[in-house]
Amino acid sequence: MIEARDVKLSFGETPALRGATLAVAEGEILAVMGPSGSGKSTLLHCLAGILVPDAGEVQFAGQRIDTLDEGARSALRRDRFGFVFQFGQLVPELTAVENVALPLLLAGTKRRAAVAEASAWFDRLDLDGLQQRRSGELSGGQAQRVALARGLVSRPKVLFADEPTGSLDSLTGEHVMDLLVSSAREQGTTVVVVTHEARVAAYADREVIVRDGKVTTAVLT
Amino acid sequence: MSVPLTLLGLLEREPSHGYDLKRDYDAFFGRGKPLPFGQVYATLARLARDGKVVIAVEPGDGPERKRYVITETGASEVNAWLVEPLEPEPHLQTVLFAKVVLALMLNRPAEEYLDTQRRAHLARMRELTEVKRGGNLVDALLADHGLFHLEADLRWIDTTVARLDALAKAVAR
Repeated sequence: MIEARDVKLSFGETPALRGATLAVAEGEILAVMGPSGSGKSTLLHCLAGILVPDAGEVQFAGQRIDTLDEGARSALRRDRFGFVFQFGQLVPELTAVENVALPLLLAGTKRRAAVAEASAWFDRLDLDGLQQRRSGELSGGQAQRVALARGLVSRPKVLFADEPTGSLDSLTGEHVMDLLVSSAREQGTTVVVVTHEARVAAYADREVIVRDGKVTTAVLT
Repeated sequence: MSVPLTLLGLLEREPSHGYDLKRDYDAFFGRGKPLPFGQVYATLARLARDGKVVIAVEPGDGPERKRYVITETGASEVNAWLVEPLEPEPHLQTVLFAKVVLALMLNRPAEEYLDTQRRAHLARMRELTEVKRGGNLVDALLADHGLFHLEADLRWIDTTVARLDALAKAVAR
């Protein structure tokens, strides 16, 4: 479904990725682990077409995306990918339901239909009754579930989650992961989740470790 | 803690007398519980009986001294032990620590062993997470107990990986 081949990327003189190779199958939930500064978030950003690698290839559904221009990558992110970040990054001026509807509105769905579609997620993610709240009126766990709904509402092929529970306490974080995994499986969404927490990675089908800008595999013969 | 395998590992580093073996074992792995001489010699006798070490007798002025030398069979056993991840369960640090130190002493890929162990731990954590997601509160809390212990092991593994170079220097001769 999505693949990085020998991806290299430096920020100025500092190499962040030094030849990272990774393949994620359709419908798979993959955890990307590694110490701070190992390059795991940079790898996620390359896979998602947010960053363009200096060398190597990134493919989505058999097509190279690292060679696309910014406009095409932006359209890909909007139409095929969903995102959840550590801090929900909800738009504070919008209500919760408008935040969830945002990807649909950006893709051209009529407002009424987008809000109706977005509202359905509130029940599914135990958020019923919070549709009209603004982000400042939500707890951390509620805001992150709203962000999750926003990430999944357009039924993306791939959901990219960067430390989605990093700002939550352990129980709330597990609730978010439980809902993330159930919802992704329900609609067949492939998930790439970056985390440094083993308890979060344990929700995935498989994990890889990023160390010094490379994806390590421990295969002993 | 596997005393026979740890002694074998020390012998792979270099042939040794019983006294020196005990001294190295106590220094690196004893942690306040020195290995009794009786256990050292009884273990070495069993290893010799099973063909994992051979004994070279060194004549001298005083009583004969026995030097223990690891055999191919013994070395294979050490290798198999180092490569194989441990059954993921709480409180295995002592054995894992012994494996890491021996791997560094023997110039083996300690980091790969720890990565393999991490995978075994995460696989067990996945099983427990599934139990938790599908079970009732009692199952969930029991699974949580295991998960928290495995998580502590993993933190230790990560910390050790980050300090492997320093540890290699600390155990070098």
